[in-house]
Amino acid sequence: MDQLDYLEAKSIHILREAYREFKNLCMLWSIGKDSTVMLWLARKAFFGHAPFPLVHIDTNYKIPAMIDYRDRMAREWKLNMVYGQNTEALKNKMTFPDGAIDRIACCKALKSEALKHTLSGEWTRWRMNHETGEYEEDSNKEPYTGVIVGARADEEGSRSKERYFSPRDKQSDWDVDDQPPELWSYYKTDFAPGTHVRIHPLLDWTELNLWEYIQREQVPIIDLYFDQGEGTRYRSLGCLPCTLGVQSTAKNVDEIVEELRSGKFSNVAERSGRAQDAADGNSLETLRRDGYM
Amino acid sequence: MTEMATRKSEERMNLVIVGHVDHGKSTVIGRLLADTGSLPEGKLDQVKAMCERNSRPFEYAFLLDALKNEQSQGITIDTARCFFKTEKRHYIINDAPGHIEFLKNMITGAARAEAALLVIDAEEGIQENSKRHGYMISMLGLKQIAVLVNKMDLVKYEQTVFEKIVKEYSEFLGHLGVHPTAFVPVAAREGDNIASSSLRMPWYEGLTVLGQVDSFTRPEGNLDQPFRLPVQDIYKFTAQGDDRRIVSGTVETGTAKVGDHVIFYPSGKETIIDSVERFNAPETTEVHADEAVGITMSTEIYIKPGELMCRADELKPNVGRRFRANVFWMGRAPMIAGKQYKLKIGATKVATELAAVESVLDASELESNHNKQLLDRHDVGEILLETHRPIAFDRRNDIEPTGRFVIVDDFEIAGAGVILERVTETDSIFDRQIKQREFSWEAGEVSPADREQRFNHKGKFIIVAGEPGSGRRNLAKKVEKHLFDQGFNTYYFGITNQFGDLDQHGTIGTIQRDRQIEILGELARIMTDAGLLFITTLTDIDEFDLNKLRKLNEPNEVFIVSLGDPALGSSAIDVQIETDPETDAAVRKVVDELTSQQVFMDFSI
Ligand SMILES: Nc1nc2c(ncn2[C@@H]2O[C@H](COP(=O)(O)OP(=O)(O)OP(=O)(O)O)[C@@H](O)[C@H]2O)c(=O)[nH]1
Ligand SMILES: [Mg+2]
Repeated sequence: MDQLDYLEAKSIHILREAYREFKNLCMLWSIGKDSTVMLWLARKAFFGHAPFPLVHIDTNYKIPAMIDYRDRMAREWKLNMVYGQNTEALKNKMTFPDGAIDRIACCKALKSEALKHTLSGEWTRWRMNHETGEYEEDSNKEPYTGVIVGARADEEGSRSKERYFSPRDKQSDWDVDDQPPELWSYYKTDFAPGTHVRIHPLLDWTELNLWEYIQREQVPIIDLYFDQGEGTRYRSLGCLPCTLGVQSTAKNVDEIVEELRSGKFSNVAERSGRAQDAADGNSLETLRRDGYM
Repeated sequence: MTEMATRKSEERMNLVIVGHVDHGKSTVIGRLLADTGSLPEGKLDQVKAMCERNSRPFEYAFLLDALKNEQSQGITIDTARCFFKTEKRHYIINDAPGHIEFLKNMITGAARAEAALLVIDAEEGIQENSKRHGYMISMLGLKQIAVLVNKMDLVKYEQTVFEKIVKEYSEFLGHLGVHPTAFVPVAAREGDNIASSSLRMPWYEGLTVLGQVDSFTRPEGNLDQPFRLPVQDIYKFTAQGDDRRIVSGTVETGTAKVGDHVIFYPSGKETIIDSVERFNAPETTEVHADEAVGITMSTEIYIKPGELMCRADELKPNVGRRFRANVFWMGRAPMIAGKQYKLKIGATKVATELAAVESVLDASELESNHNKQLLDRHDVGEILLETHRPIAFDRRNDIEPTGRFVIVDDFEIAGAGVILERVTETDSIFDRQIKQREFSWEAGEVSPADREQRFNHKGKFIIVAGEPGSGRRNLAKKVEKHLFDQGFNTYYFGITNQFGDLDQHGTIGTIQRDRQIEILGELARIMTDAGLLFITTLTDIDEFDLNKLRKLNEPNEVFIVSLGDPALGSSAIDVQIETDPETDAAVRKVVDELTSQQVFMDFSI
């Protein structure tokens, strides 16, 4: 077994453990490369099936191609596709692009808040009806108690301290200074009523590992990651106003792998294109304590 | 093809760095990352600028201590993973905290590792957690340890200081049977012997930290051991049009292939491997240690998640309810006798109790205390554990992965342990509890014999066991009606009124269900003592459940009517109903057997 085989096996073990232990389980699918690989790993773990809802938080400012890709894959792979949104904030134009609030506050409203209330079932969830191909209001309003998330330890400091199974309290807050122990392949799968657990199957993967795996498995990845001839591409996907492309001419997976392995990005952190991280040294930890993915 | 060939050789190793608080663990790693150019571009400058802004001296540790509270307190709170690559391989280095308060976080990091670096401050010398961490590392089963004697600058790079620590600490590790791969004198902050050899310690001729790390070898022994596959789950995605029944889990040790004769423990069910199932991967007929696999069986046998799949031609695992173990306790509340905990071992979960504390070790002094009867936070105890149903396991010295477990207390993992050996079950906690109950049972002035005289029959607990839809409830109710019409005292107890799990498929072996069995047994004891013919139905009952019910119902007896429950062996059954259970013939068969077992007084029938 090589590095990727070990990573794959560990992730599958974690996904199966989550599926067995959590009755109300969902996977957050941000459409980006990480969670798409995670979805692929789920299909590996469950022999071609994804036996839980895939939840997308639609900020309404996502790059439009992302929504097209999401719905196309949902149909092709027969996914139980669900999305949620902060309709209030969008209606009242309480967003950064509308000039009402700063980037961090916008992230909080459109992502953290939307996520928290979508997971808890307090806000409307829209679910894809595969017969009509349209989204309908989801009648299931039960809170998700297990939430699978594609965070990686190499992304930034607070993520490097995460657990594979990471508890969140009633307010979705993360008590990073007092995390539960986790040994061998025994995880925190017992939790008090009202709390939930975030599950992180990709914690040990690096950005390069992901692309090598995409290359090996031929995972269908959204083409925003590839240069379309303009000399720029996205290295990580988020909202259009806050995600910058990077200068790169990598046009396919092989070229991205090369670029990360020994090329221009072999030494440059992935999130350097995310504007909200730059604001203060610990902004991401702050966001994450409050339930950000 | 060459592309594939290079990638194939890529391996990864997990390391942990441990040691007493402030001895310089994070600095070693920070310096290692900086000196090998492993940091993302601009990261070092960013941290330096941050220190300047807050007018505090720059620390390499800030590269890893990323949490707000870590930076403000200058201490590591939780283990950080960092990624690092040498010519030889990829690493994840787990930078563990040294403060005793965060020992659970250190354990979390160390349990992920295949080799350890242990840091000792040359000036402060060996401290409490230098020893405690050394002990924990060996208990967790790490065999490769390199000791870094740090801050050599503070002792003027003197060889004698280094040699003294080497001697003392080697002795300590020797008591644990651990032999470190190497001792390396370093000054992490100054970069001596981290990535390049130090000119200030010409007397040292060994490897640098970097060289040391690359000289560790990846333990590959798991393939040669007996096959062990804890069954994580059994999938059948019928709703998605997939009819395969796939037994899945991660192979801990060994190998198996299609056609192999396998046995599941503790049930003892046997079958043959029919196929290996995979998604988007070439077909294969073999599975190996560390792979997350799916297997189909050649016969439709009934097994449950949590069982341990083994090969019939290899070493059998232990099956039992009692074992001796070394347990490290992390819970805020102590581990005590008389309290129920949850044990997780392999893929199974079971209720467990502390049967005895044999000794408690102070892991920093290696001193044993034989008088203590509980485990406090941070104690390491040699204890006896008893589970509420039999489990399959190995001695950690035979097969490590299936010889280790955790204990959950109140939603949290509170203990971690390794199994030393199986212990016989005579005089178990359960037996003692029943004995105690019977000994102090307060009876009225009416004896069981008086009741028998009056009622013309004995008290009896009648269980109708069968699958959902087998007609078990109707049969039970008909038997009740028949007996009642004959003038006997009988009561049909609708099991779902109290114990939903006992009437469902797939809950067997769960802690909730085991608890329900126990309450049902206690209830039956009272009802049969009252002289009743107490009738109920159960689904998915195995022989262990049945024995438990028998014991709980003592001194009265249990009578089993089976409608072909697959989990039940034939020896335990009093009446087997093969025909339609909803007929009078079936009722008569039950009553005839009760008669022949002399449940009724002769003259009453
Ligand atoms: N003089 C000297 N000081 C050092 C050296 N290495 C580390 N230190 C200092 O020792 C202090 C503690 O270093 P850390 O790396 O944070 O220690 P640690 O072992 O990670 O501490 P915890 O993780 O909190 O247990 C810091 O102020 C370092 O600058 C060294 O080689 N020489
Ligand atoms: Mg530290």
